[in-house]
Order: sequence, then structure tokens, then C-alpha cells
Amino acid sequence: MNATSPVGRFWREFCENRVALAALVVVAATILLAILAPFVVPQNPYDLASLALIDARRPPGYVGRSGFVHWLGTDAQGRDLLSAILYGLRISLQVGLAAGALAFAIGATLGAVAAFVGGRVETALMRFVDLQLSFPAILLALVLVAVLGPGRGQLIAALVAAQYAYFARTAHGAAAAERAKDYVSAALSTPIPAWQVVFRHILPNCLPPLIVVATLQVANSIALEATLSFLGLGLPVTEPSLGMLIANGFQYMLSGRYWISIYPGVALILLIVAINLVGDQVRDQLNPRLKR
Amino acid sequence: MNALLAVENLATHFATRNGLVKAVDGVSFHLDAGEIVGLVGESGSGKTVTGFSLLGLVDAPGRIVGGSIKLEGRELVGLPQAELRKLRGRRVAMVFQDPSATLNPVLTIETQMRLALEAHERVGAAAARDRSADLLTRVGIPDARRRLETYPHQLSGGMRQRVAIAIALLNRPSLIVCDEPTTALDVSIQAQILAQMKALAADFGTALIWISHDLATVSALASRILVMYAGRIVEEGPTGEVLRKPAHPYTQGLLDSLPSIAAPGEDLRQIPGSTPSLANLPEGCAFAPRCAFADAACKSAPATRRTATRAVRCHHPLGEVAWPL
Amino acid sequence: MAALIACQNLVKRFSSPPQLGDRLARLLGRPVRPRTVYAVDDVSLEIAEGEVLGLVGESGCGKSTLGRMIAGIQPPSAGLALLDGVPVMGGGRSPVKTTTRVQMIFQDPFASLDPRMRIGDIVAEGPIANGLVSRAEAAADTAKWLAAVGLDPTAAQRYPHQFSGGQRQRVAIARALAMRPDILVCDEPVASLDVSIQAQIINLFLKLKRDLGLTMLFISHDLGLVRHISDRVAIMYLGKLVETGATQAVFENPRHPYTRALLDSMPKLRLDDADVDFKPIDGELPSPLAPPPGCHFHLRCPGMRPACRTAVPELIRSVDGRELACHYPLVGG
Repeated sequence: MNATSPVGRFWREFCENRVALAALVVVAATILLAILAPFVVPQNPYDLASLALIDARRPPGYVGRSGFVHWLGTDAQGRDLLSAILYGLRISLQVGLAAGALAFAIGATLGAVAAFVGGRVETALMRFVDLQLSFPAILLALVLVAVLGPGRGQLIAALVAAQYAYFARTAHGAAAAERAKDYVSAALSTPIPAWQVVFRHILPNCLPPLIVVATLQVANSIALEATLSFLGLGLPVTEPSLGMLIANGFQYMLSGRYWISIYPGVALILLIVAINLVGDQVRDQLNPRLKR
Repeated sequence: MNALLAVENLATHFATRNGLVKAVDGVSFHLDAGEIVGLVGESGSGKTVTGFSLLGLVDAPGRIVGGSIKLEGRELVGLPQAELRKLRGRRVAMVFQDPSATLNPVLTIETQMRLALEAHERVGAAAARDRSADLLTRVGIPDARRRLETYPHQLSGGMRQRVAIAIALLNRPSLIVCDEPTTALDVSIQAQILAQMKALAADFGTALIWISHDLATVSALASRILVMYAGRIVEEGPTGEVLRKPAHPYTQGLLDSLPSIAAPGEDLRQIPGSTPSLANLPEGCAFAPRCAFADAACKSAPATRRTATRAVRCHHPLGEVAWPL
Repeated sequence: MAALIACQNLVKRFSSPPQLGDRLARLLGRPVRPRTVYAVDDVSLEIAEGEVLGLVGESGCGKSTLGRMIAGIQPPSAGLALLDGVPVMGGGRSPVKTTTRVQMIFQDPFASLDPRMRIGDIVAEGPIANGLVSRAEAAADTAKWLAAVGLDPTAAQRYPHQFSGGQRQRVAIARALAMRPDILVCDEPVASLDVSIQAQIINLFLKLKRDLGLTMLFISHDLGLVRHISDRVAIMYLGKLVETGATQAVFENPRHPYTRALLDSMPKLRLDDADVDFKPIDGELPSPLAPPPGCHFHLRCPGMRPACRTAVPELIRSVDGRELACHYPLVGG
């Protein structure tokens, strides 16, 4: 047997699924493009001074006033759509990843602590989580954004509040199973403080299902953010995310200027589908029942 | 000789990510009608896969890659699944370590036993119930008619295993493969089942292959013993003879490591090292790295050497038996 | 002989919360029997310093639960487990273990090691937390204990999944030893290992007993092993002790019919070609949810008399130091 690390084996197995690998390449490329957006796009879409109304609503391939080609056309403000989409992806990914990470941290901690402590605390916490899970996440996020007001931080907070429950449920189930294992009993036989048992022993062993939930919830956060922005409840108009770009172009759909809505939509779908494909493969690989 | 079962050079391999696992690699043995044979080995020795191969129950990624299994003169290797299904239960049956492998949790015992009967013959409901109740009584289940109406979860582990044995016996197969059927049970229940199994096999004229890691239970039951190590049979012979005068150093090592052999409190004689990975067996004799008698000759694979009743796969067999080369 | 461990009337009850059906029944005025299992029912037991006590019984008899209470992993429902006269667990609503002088070895070495930690960290975690060694000394200390259980010091860098069952059990033993315990509670420590590996681990326990003078509670269903390793044995049946005494005396001359029955059912290696005569005990283990009244064993006992159906036999110590809970003990055989 060749001695490879578990990570190496995981990676090799992952590469065997061509679709998942392609999806991962898409996700990685998107993230890279989003990070490098300021350096690769021809125009800063947030710089109102560089926009000219004469360039507005031009079809893809139009050569603008400033001399470069608008490959995906321009929107109602004369923004280059390719630039706007890349900047929009930046915001979507920032919000999605930040909300996902925060929800992960809060939810996993809550679930694991509930499982460890047990008793009435566990019952109370998990009932509350169940209660929240019975509402659609979008409803909760809508209410919270309406209450908290616009802004990136508020949006992330709303998304976290809507999504931590999924992590808490998953972490609770996994942690309850780990809690019953003998290595936890063994750790409790030493004077290690209880919090250390939770964070050093129990939580790391709950990671596989949590990672799966995390990939899917990041995709969900991005979709949720886009939905909120589409409804006009997201970020300020000066910093259009993908959802707002779609919303802005919506009114021009019937007049044949499809590109203003369609291209941001395609970018959004591509990203979400890719993340979900990666998540599916990770889930299949981490599921011991599907292991050959 | 007209053997009930003749296995020649059976090889069952598993193609896994970590390489080709030769779980069973060139196993040959035979079994007479009504005979009880013990198949002994540690985990990973291939004893369970051998049992599964006999019933054609090896699942992907495993495959019987060679050899022959003749049951009552009929070749089983290469037989289509439909044909095998007709044989299973009727001519050859299996009892698993975990009775839930046999029992369906949502059907009553009666339904399950009736279905097992109907799979092979036309039988009326009343007749099926009579035969089932009769068998349950014989495997030691009191109040059998009432137990027929229960579901598996209403029975204890020992009772479930008895029901599984009764189902295996239903169609009076000529061979039952028992894979560690008493390992999960308490000693008092194990003793009951061993006693009943021995009596039933004699009554029904059924041959048993008793797969176990426990030399003591096998010695109480089997007239002949097969010792497996790393996918091969390393020693074979009448139980008493093999246990009194083991010829293979591995058999000797197993016997020596039993606590009942040593005086209380003394160190047990142990076999050093651990069982090899089947995906990565050493060249030559697989036991050589753990063997006190290993020398240069053991770098080549030993052939099986046979006398009239015994066989050993070793370059340096123990004892004073004159082994032909 | 000073008792290192003393259990005083230990009881462990497990009661499942009333189910919906029960609650409805109670609302409608029907009496509902509480679902309470007495896993351990009023057990008093002493272990002397340097002694190996074998605790034997069939599945569900409460031997593991008793071991966990002595190890301070589960709090007793009533009674006390004392180490040198001090309870191993504190009181209160959520009792925690108060001593590190008792350590436990578990049955399944695949579940008892954290799969995401290196062997070195697994062994060193407790001693560092306890202040037995500093972080700087930990590596040398770990190497010492790994060597003591027959493992290479390079094992410290590896993960549990890289080891076989027997090697993992060695790691678990090293982890326990690194806490400098006075007593080890071993719960079926070799039951999940192959025969040839069992002997290696048993030899390790024998060596530790000789070299470190460890006191051990050795829990097992395997009478052969217990006979080999223990100085004294205690036999449990349905939550109660039925017989205790010096190993040799109990094995050669059992006084409780259950002990005798267990010994008779134990599979023995047959070296001749004679037919084996089985002498199994009749009947099944009764459900611990509804143990029979009187002596718990009376339903299966060949020597049952009317008194056994009603009167619960007390565990009584005789002059030779043996204890027995039976109305009609077997006489020397």
C-alpha cells in the first residue's frame, strides 16, 4: 500500500469525477477573477465619472467611446457589463463566503455545545433551531434586512441568522454521535477542560458533514443575496451585485436588450451550479455508506 | 471418492483502490455428506470470503477469478445467478454471524419461513406452518407456534440466531455454511446452540462448514479442521490430530497463545507481528515473517504436502509425520 | 490488605423518559410501569492495592457500567465509588471526575482514539493538562510510554488509522499509563482482537502488573482470560454480584450454580477424538427491564427451591474470604 495522506487520497478520488473537477475549475476561476477584477476589467463600474450615457444599453461587441470593446454590452448607465459582472461576483462571493463562514462558526459551536452539555440546555437550543428551520430562510432574511437596513454588514448578518440553523442541526447530530464514543470518555478522564474536549476532540470529528453543508450553504447564501438584491433590499445602488444587475436589466428584456439581465444571470447560475456540483461530489466522497 | 463438495484452487480477488486483494488464493478442500468441518482463521484470513464464494454471494468489487466448486458433482463457478438462486436454500444454505442478515425486520417469522419454503416448492399455508413450528421446536425455541407470529425485533439475539438456523434447515439442504454464528452470543447461549447444531446436523444428514476464529468451539463440533492464513489453507486434518500435533507453525502458534494452555499468571506464548495486508503479501510463505522456523527456503511459496488424512503448506512442518514432498 | 477501591452499594438506574403512549395512558388513568433498568443494583466491592480483580458476566449484566462508575466516567445513581476513601466523582447536578488516578482501557480501540490526532498528542494531552510534564518534556515522556507498551517512538508522528487493532490498543494503554494511574479499569480490552494479538496484549498487561505494580479491574466475558490474569474474580448476573473469591478457588470449586453453569458452558479445547458432552444452562437471560423476583437466577437454576422465587439472596462473606449470594450453595465438588 502506498502511504499517502488522507488528503492526497481524497484529492485523487475527487479528480476521478470529471464533472466535479470541471466545476471546481469554474469555482476557482471565478474566485480568481473576482479577486483580480480591478486589474483585468477595462472599466471601474463604480466610478461614475467613467460612465457615459451615450454608451448605455449597447449590445455585445459595441466599441465604446473610450475605445475598448464591450464584449457583453453595456447596461442602462453605460457600464461595461463584463466589468460590472466581475465586480458583482466580487460582492456576491464576499457576502456568500463571509456569511457561510460565520454561520458555520456560530452554528457548529452551538450544535456541538448543545450535544455535549445535553439535558434541558440541549433540548431548548435544538427546539429553537428546529423552530427556525421550519421557516423559509428567504422570509427570515427579508424581515431582518428590512429591520436592519441596507449595507454589507447588515446583509451578512441577515444571511447568517437565516442559515446558522442548518449548521447547528448537522453539528448537533454528528457531535451527539461522537460524544458517545470512547475517545471522548478517555479525554474526560484527564483534567482537560470541557471546552477543549468540545473544540479539540468533538468538533474536528464532526467536520466531514459540516463541510458538505458549508459548500451548499455558500451557494445558498449567494443565491439568497442575489434574491434580496433583486428585490432591492440588498446593497446600495452604487455597488451593484449580480442580483441588482439582473433586476436593473429586467425592464429591458421585452425591448430585446436581453444582455443586461441574461449575462449576469448566466454568471450567477454558473457559479451556483458549480459550487453545488463540487459540494455533491464532496458529500458522496465523505458518505461512508457510498464508500467502496 | 464421492465427495459432497469439492473445491479446487478457488481464487476470489477484490479489485480495490489499494490494489488487488487476494482474499482467497488457491483454496482446495473437500467435504463428505453429513460431515462437520471447521474453517479456522483470524480476521482477514479469507475464511468468510471462502464461505461466501461457495454460495456465489461475492459482491463487486470481488469476483471468483479461478478454480472450481463442485457441489454434488455440479460445477457452481460460472453458474448464472438465477441458477445459483435455485440452489441456495435448497441444496446449500448459510447462517451469518449477524442474524439480521437473514431476517427481514418487517415480516413475521411465519411469513419469512413460508416464503423460504415457497421459493423451492409448492406448499399450503397450513403445511408450511406445521413444518416451521416443528423446526423452531427442534432448534430449541419453546412455544414455537406463538413465536411464529412475532417479528424479529421481539426476539433476543440468541433466539434470532436460532430462527436463522431453522430457516437454513427448512429445505433440508445438504450443506450449511455457518459463518461465526455464535460469536456475538453469550457463552451460555453459545453452548446451547452448539449442542443443538451438532444434533440437528446428525439428524438431517446435513454437512456443516463451521467458520470461526475460536479453536475451542471448532474442536467441540468439527471432525475435521481447516486452518486458513492470508487467503490460503495452511493446514488440514482430523481435529484431534491437528490440535494435538499441529504441523504448521501458525497452528502451533495459535494453540500456544490460548490462555488455557499456560499456567495462570505466566506469559502466554505469542505470535510476533501482525497479520499481513492481503493487498501486499510477502513473497513466498506468507507466514514466514512471523515464523520462528523461517529460513531461506521460505522465500519460495511452499506447496501443499498431503498424507492420507492430513495436509500442510509449509517447508518445515513440525512433528514426526513423514510428509511427502 | 488495604482496599484501594471500595464500592459502597453502587446503583445505576437508566430510565427512559415516558413515551407519548405512556403519557396518554396515565392521563386516562391507567397505571404505567416506569421503564427503569437497574444496570447495576446495589453492588459493594473492594479491590486491594496491587490486585487484579476479574469481573465476569454475560452481556447486559452491568459489568461495563460498574467499570465506568469505578473509572469515574459515569456517575452512580446511588452509592459511592471510593478511591482511598475519596469519591472518584464529585457530587451535584453534573458530576465530574475528581481524580486522574483511575484510568480506563476500552474495548474498541477504533473508537477510543481520536482519529484526527497524532499518537504523540493523544498520549501527551492528559499529562500536559495535568501538569505531570511540561510541553517541552512531553515528547520524551511520550516516547517512554510508547516504548513501555512495545511501540516504536516514531509512532508518535502517525495517526491512529495507520495502526492495526492490536497496536491501537497499545496506544490506548500508553495513554492511560502516561497519567500515572494507580488503577486501570480494562473493559474487555482484547475482545475485539485476533487470537494471536490477544496473547500479545495479555502479556503486556502481565508485564505492567509486574513492573509497575498496577492494580487492575479486568472486565471480560472470557473466563479463560480472566482465570489467566486475575488474582480474584467477581461474577455478575443481572446487575448483582453472585459470587466473588480467589480465582483458583472459584474456578475449581464454584459455589453459585450460575458460576458453575458458566464454567460448564465455556468452550474448551478438545484434544482427543471423543465426542463432546455439552452441559448448557437452560433458558435465556431474562430482560433487565423485568428481572424475575427473588433470586434473579432461579428461572434457569437446576437447584431451584420455592424460597428462591421470593427471597432475594444477600451477598454474604464466609470465613475463607469468599462471598456468595445463594440460598442453597453448591457443596464442594
